[in-house]
Amino acid sequence: MGSFVAQRLVSLSATLFAASIVIFVVMEVLPGDPAAYMLGLNADPAAVAALSEQLGLNEPVLQRYLNWVGGFFVGDFGLSYTYRVPVRELIADRLWVSVPLALMALALAIIIAFPVGIIAAAKRNSVVDAMIMGATQLGIAIPNFWFAMLLVLAFSVGLRWFSAGGFPGWDAGILIGMRSLILPAVALALPQASILARVMRSALLDTLHEDFIRTARAKGLSSGQAIRHHAVRNALIPVMTIIGLQFSFLLAGAIIIENVFFLPGLGRLIFQAIAQRDLIVVKSVVLLLVAAVVIVNFTVDLAYAAIDPRLRRRAP
Amino acid sequence: MSLLQVDKLNLTIGRVPILRQVSLTLGQGEALGIVGESGSGKSLTALSIMRLLPHGSTVSGRIALDGEELSALSEAEMCERRGRAMGMIFQEPMSALNPLKTIGDQVAEAVRVHGYVSPREAYDLAQETLNRVGLPATRFPLSRYPHELSGGQRQRVVIAMAIVLKPKLVIADEPTTALDVTTQARILDLLKRLVAEDGSSLILISHDLAIVAEMADRIAIMKDGAVVESGETVSLFRAMQHPYSRMLRAASTYVSRRQRRLQASEGHDAPILDAKGVVQEYRQGPRQLFRRSASFRAVDDVGFTIRRGENVGLVGESGSGKSTLARVVLALDAPKAGTVILDGADLLESRGPERQALRRHIQAVFQDPYGSFNPRHKVARLVAEPFHLDEGKLSGAERRQRVEEALVAVGMQASDADKYPHEFSGGQRQRLAIARALITQPSLIVLDEAVSALDVSIRAQILDLLADLSDRLNVSYLFISHDLTVVRAITDRVVIMQDGRIVEQGETEEVFANPAHPYTQSLLAATPNLERALAARQAGLEAQ
Repeated sequence: MGSFVAQRLVSLSATLFAASIVIFVVMEVLPGDPAAYMLGLNADPAAVAALSEQLGLNEPVLQRYLNWVGGFFVGDFGLSYTYRVPVRELIADRLWVSVPLALMALALAIIIAFPVGIIAAAKRNSVVDAMIMGATQLGIAIPNFWFAMLLVLAFSVGLRWFSAGGFPGWDAGILIGMRSLILPAVALALPQASILARVMRSALLDTLHEDFIRTARAKGLSSGQAIRHHAVRNALIPVMTIIGLQFSFLLAGAIIIENVFFLPGLGRLIFQAIAQRDLIVVKSVVLLLVAAVVIVNFTVDLAYAAIDPRLRRRAP
Repeated sequence: MSLLQVDKLNLTIGRVPILRQVSLTLGQGEALGIVGESGSGKSLTALSIMRLLPHGSTVSGRIALDGEELSALSEAEMCERRGRAMGMIFQEPMSALNPLKTIGDQVAEAVRVHGYVSPREAYDLAQETLNRVGLPATRFPLSRYPHELSGGQRQRVVIAMAIVLKPKLVIADEPTTALDVTTQARILDLLKRLVAEDGSSLILISHDLAIVAEMADRIAIMKDGAVVESGETVSLFRAMQHPYSRMLRAASTYVSRRQRRLQASEGHDAPILDAKGVVQEYRQGPRQLFRRSASFRAVDDVGFTIRRGENVGLVGESGSGKSTLARVVLALDAPKAGTVILDGADLLESRGPERQALRRHIQAVFQDPYGSFNPRHKVARLVAEPFHLDEGKLSGAERRQRVEEALVAVGMQASDADKYPHEFSGGQRQRLAIARALITQPSLIVLDEAVSALDVSIRAQILDLLADLSDRLNVSYLFISHDLTVVRAITDRVVIMQDGRIVEQGETEEVFANPAHPYTQSLLAATPNLERALAARQAGLEAQ
């Protein structure tokens, strides 16, 4: 197990290193002056020169790269060009919204998808299965901004259970903060839960054909017991893969939902930074997202090993 | 009183009738062998008794176990019977165990699901039973996972799960078919001992007449979903009534008649294949980042020759290195050391077009013909595949003609060229694979377990075909198999491998009659033999 983790950690670091090089090269080394780009077409040459100086663009390439990456290790991401605040604070504020939102949405998706997928597989080719498959098809097909608007109409405008949008901040209290994230989390969870339920169902159906399920039945386990005790854990491997992908997506891909609910999330930050040509913010957020994806994949790998003993071979 | 009574059992799956009027009886402590080829319904008979049939099955007839009508029981009541009153052992030990659970958990589960015993008691019983099946706690603690065990050891775990509650009826469905002969002999001995100790009755399902004759007091022979003949083992074999039974028996010990066997004095010309000092190693265990990982020597300094027109058998158990050696000979893998001279040219040193030309002289037929055919291509294209090794490009008409000739040579129709592989049976597909190997007019064909997956009657036909082709075309075979009976039937000379080394080689008849090496002796002793089994059983009957 120890060597497995070490091996994964090495590959994680290597991926991050490669990603940082690619981002840096695309943003700063390829032809085209970043400073000129940031200031737009009709910029004053003197202003461009001043910005270049401020961005350190006149230093050698290697030096700039080391400054940038080195900054990451000490938590210095530079100063946002448009907001005039440290990028670190910007990102930290947004993460406090995006991470809890993504976690809530994912938890919701898992809570819904697991039982639904298991029931569909256990009652395969029945009316129940057909209904579940139809519902999940619908869940994937419905655009989530539209579903979000329906939620607002029903629960904010109609029932007045939740506010229609905005985020009061965690200072107002954890429950109040979570309450304002519930509707967005539901809107984000619907398609994810639908996908996850379908993956769970098909992964389970695959394992139900395995010989060891028949062995379990021959021991006297009922069909349901065989599914619960033997099939589900074997089906978790493909399901974990999808969950990993979904979390990465939810972290930065919630931009439309963030807009519908006026949430200050990471998706909106990167969208605004791109629109305002704030390359300092873009560069750092992108590297951060890459790091998030890589770390999530690392966690998924660890989860695989926890599920499947064949993956945690002992070091000789 | 009989323990199990199956009366006029009929089974249909969907609309397809599978079993017709199957009746069987099994006495207390008795062993019943069910024999038949694939599709005869022997496995589904067993699954009907367990009521573990696939979806869409309809069953009629009655099944009574220990005086209790099983067909009247609810599914929940059947769950109580399974594992407690009747246990089942399956064919594939590799996939019959849940890879994510320890062997202790899986054996203990068979106990816990049936009653309110404490976890402690369940694990104690699991440990005791694993000891009984030859997996002592000192070497095989309950915390082992299936992937840490060999095939034979996994089958012992499966047996432990089936017998842990000492069921009155044990059903074993081809329990040793996936295992090596020496492992098979040990597992069969174990099974015999366990049912005797527990006073259980045994149903043994097998395609192998010799195994059944060794294990079973009574035998039922099945064909196309019906029992064609049944009775006490010795008298059934001594006077077989049904033509199918007689055919099955003849095919199981079939020796193809060859026009001539190559004599030792013949063939002084250069050998067609000359392998010298072949060494092959594989990395063992996970890749290490900063260390050289341990390597495993799969083939260790192996040399042998094949003369023109000679059939050489390569025999060994799994892990002996025979398939690794075959891959080297076929130039699919480069060995760590050694040379392979094919038709006077160095195969391993050859490159590019030269190797392509050499490859025409050596072709291969593998165990699973379906896996080696692209299902989307027609036979004409599949059989013509090795033509890309040809230097001179053939015209379409010539190519077609060669394909048709090859098809006819293996006993198929020229018109079969326009069909798809799924339209053929297993035996026919193996004929197609042989046609594909013949099309470049090779001097050597490597047959890697080429008849192992076939039923005995089909196997006899394919062996005849191979013998006939060898006579007519003077082609040599390297015949790789774990099945000594088949090797004896078709080869002139035999090479025995163990742990990557050749332990014995010589004229086939000589090696089989007077095996010199202890390993060869143990292989021969472990190989089931119908006559030997019948004689032993007869002696046992007379002694009583």
